[in-house]
Amino acid sequence: MEIPKETLLTMYERMVRIRKFEEKASELFAKGKLPGFIHLYIGEEATGVGVCAALREDDLITSTHRGHGNVIAKGGEPKYMMAELYGKVTGYCKGKGGSMHIADAEKGILGANGIVGAGLPIATGAALSAKLRKSGQVVACFFGDGASNEGTFHESINMGSLWKLPIVYVCENNQYGEFTSQKRHQVITDISQRATAYGIPGVTVDGMDVLAVYEAAVEAVKRAREGNGPTLLECKTYRFHGHFEGDPQLYRDKSEVEEWMAKDPIPMFGKQLLGNGVATEEELKEIQNRIQQEIDDAVKFAEDSPYPEDNETVKDIYTDLVEEGRVR
Amino acid sequence: MRKMNFAQAINEGIKNEMRRDPNVFLMGEDVKFGVFGVTAGLIDEFGEERVRDTPITEEAIAGGAVGAAAAGSRPIAEIMFIDFITVAMDQIVNQAAKMRYMFGGKIKLPITFRTMAGAGISAAAQHSQSLEAWFTHVPGLKVVFPATPKDALGLIISSIRDDNPVLFIEHKLLYATEGEVPDENEPIPLGVADVKRPGKDVTIVATGFMVHKALQAAEELSKEGVEAEVVDPRTLFPLDKETIYNSIKKTHKVVLVTEEVKRGAWSGELAADIAEEVFDSLKAPVKRIGALNSPVPFSPPLEKYYVPNEVDIINAVKSIV
Repeated sequence: MEIPKETLLTMYERMVRIRKFEEKASELFAKGKLPGFIHLYIGEEATGVGVCAALREDDLITSTHRGHGNVIAKGGEPKYMMAELYGKVTGYCKGKGGSMHIADAEKGILGANGIVGAGLPIATGAALSAKLRKSGQVVACFFGDGASNEGTFHESINMGSLWKLPIVYVCENNQYGEFTSQKRHQVITDISQRATAYGIPGVTVDGMDVLAVYEAAVEAVKRAREGNGPTLLECKTYRFHGHFEGDPQLYRDKSEVEEWMAKDPIPMFGKQLLGNGVATEEELKEIQNRIQQEIDDAVKFAEDSPYPEDNETVKDIYTDLVEEGRVR
Repeated sequence: MRKMNFAQAINEGIKNEMRRDPNVFLMGEDVKFGVFGVTAGLIDEFGEERVRDTPITEEAIAGGAVGAAAAGSRPIAEIMFIDFITVAMDQIVNQAAKMRYMFGGKIKLPITFRTMAGAGISAAAQHSQSLEAWFTHVPGLKVVFPATPKDALGLIISSIRDDNPVLFIEHKLLYATEGEVPDENEPIPLGVADVKRPGKDVTIVATGFMVHKALQAAEELSKEGVEAEVVDPRTLFPLDKETIYNSIKKTHKVVLVTEEVKRGAWSGELAADIAEEVFDSLKAPVKRIGALNSPVPFSPPLEKYYVPNEVDIINAVKSIV
């Protein structure tokens, strides 16, 4: 597949943006600067970026509690994301959602989600809407291996296949549902096998190889856009960090983590770009430096931003009424 | 004025909105025919794209409505019996009700969840409940509970036009009840109560099918010289407390009648509000009538014993007037 240089470099840039955003988030969390808890996407960059690169600007995605990577892959901006992680009013959600609920409807990001598997019916409904409105949009629905055991997985893919909806079900199989390894939560190895049960194509790709993900996604998106229905696309990947930051990871061996880290998707893609003569060392370095600056600026933006006013608590619940505030 | 029954009124309201707005569509289990015929015939005018039979898949129906609304449609999602809503609770409570808030107000979710509630046909414990309190407890949802064909027509129109998730509860015993409706299909705003019968001696606040039992009780009481004012909130949230409080300020006594299991009921919240906000207007304790704290029984005599009736209401009124 012939892929324009600009597309390849955008993919590389987005992978670097995710990595640096997440590394910074990890550092800030360890310093106690971020409230709540965060689930990082480090190691999985190739899946979100590979899929989103196959989408149109007006296409839609739904994401998961480990959603920062999907949001950036679809064009989310670090400064508004970082401000959201800080709980600041300048964040994507005015500080009301936090890490697990980042959304940007204008960019087609229908939200990360704190409930495992909950994005599947939402994405399916969005695809139904696209079909009814004849908008030509495709939905990419991200979820993990853990979610593939939820009822919503089966209900949604059944509905999506029955109605031939314009959707790609993207399983980011990072080998763990929270602390439980895939072999301890299901007997199958390839989740894409479950596609057979719904009469749709099931494809498994190396989720550490962004080009493999991209090529499979292009095919699945084309199928969806042409009205031929969903594909279940499984990307085998790995989260280099724990389930959440601070997770002691007693459930896996260091050697396993190291084995996967040797397949780090970003240096691997960098090497491909250099090997094919698509980019020079300098170009890649420039991207890394520019993105590092962008992330540092995002932190400054977040730290300089104010918290929301107290009375924001009772706003944005309904479009047309505000709940009572506290009388003090 | 036209005459139609409660089911026809809802059908008429949906038809009105589907004609008016191409983004409105209906989906649910067997909506082509409709279990009680409420949605029957809509498919003839709007086709199977917009009147969409789904598999038996409540979480995907509810979640599908959330996603469709987020993407720009205006879905009406039918959960056949309110008892089945347990299967779809995550999508209604954690997704529909919270998405706008979690996303900082940058999204709207115009969804009408239609569902059927209530006892009275020996449908037993999993097809007969009154679960409205579960939903009025959740910020982000509106809850509508009409009692007459006129209100059903006006309120279904408003529910569909509303830009927020609305749970529209239909009591199954009301479907066949007839009533007059205006010639024009006009919306009735959410959050406006209706005084179904004026009176001066006691206020009876009743919802859904209980409105009719309250009206029957009021007729009986009238024979004994007690004039009860029957107030139907029509929407449980937003709640028109002003109309209820104005009635209480006039009668100084109030009886709350709902079909819910009494423990943890919506009526308990209203009783608490009355105590907090208009206590000084009361000349007697707030009385509250509800179903027994039991699953809904199957056997007809037991079911009859379980739900509140006119005698319960009359006795409650007599105990305070």
